[in-house]
Amino acid sequence: MSVAFDKVLDARGLACPMPIIKARQEINTLQPQNVLKVLSTDRGSVKDFQGWAQTAKNVELLAQETETENGKEVYVHYVKRVS
Amino acid sequence: MVTRQATQSHMTETEGLLEERLASLEQRLVALEESQPKDRVSLVVFSGDLDRILAAFVVATGAAALGQEVSMFFTFWGYGSLRTKRVLAGKGFLQKLMAVMSPSGTQALPVSKLNFFGIGAKMLRAMMKQKNVSSLEDLIGMARELGVRLIACEMSRDVMGIQDEELIDGLESGGVASFLADALKSRVTLFV
Repeated sequence: MSVAFDKVLDARGLACPMPIIKARQEINTLQPQNVLKVLSTDRGSVKDFQGWAQTAKNVELLAQETETENGKEVYVHYVKRVS
Repeated sequence: MVTRQATQSHMTETEGLLEERLASLEQRLVALEESQPKDRVSLVVFSGDLDRILAAFVVATGAAALGQEVSMFFTFWGYGSLRTKRVLAGKGFLQKLMAVMSPSGTQALPVSKLNFFGIGAKMLRAMMKQKNVSSLEDLIGMARELGVRLIACEMSRDVMGIQDEELIDGLESGGVASFLADALKSRVTLFV
């Protein structure tokens, strides 16, 4: 699956709550309708990004996928700034 | 003619009644909206334990990232997370004693379990570092960056004789009413 994105945030190695906080800070710098791709190694980030999209009014979670990199799971989130 | 006039006056009467009802409904709606909780989270930080304070700051920064307005009220042992140094001058005898017995900054905070004179806290910090979890100091900095309001309870500050120069900058000062004013408008209220 490929989702078009405008910027990548590498949050690999960061633990809760940092992936969400960094993503939020990054999305604030984007224009509305732009998409941020977030890479995380935090397993909890899957549910966290869903929670963020449910709570915050200005973001939409387009897709989530899991990749394997050197035997480690990387969780990829595509977040769109709606407004 | 007579019936038409009667109908007309009847109509204006109905319209007037409707307008009245509408105005009163609008008023009630405004009152209802005002009493609704906002996108706000309020925390009371009572504990002076590193692990508990960590949990409080993780929730606070997380909530701020989710777009919530966050207020943290620090009282009693919670002051431990706001302290930067220990000043004894200007304190009464018991206040001095209390100050000497209390941690002088976040680095000296104990953990709530298995502290063993600070060894437990050092172990927890080391383990968090190994797992790349942000330190309490980083989280406090992050909270401020995200606009989390830090409010220091005036009463406990006064009781313990804590002076402004012992605390981090940019604190607001407040009491129970300022906490409740925020808490009553919050969707989530926590006591840590």
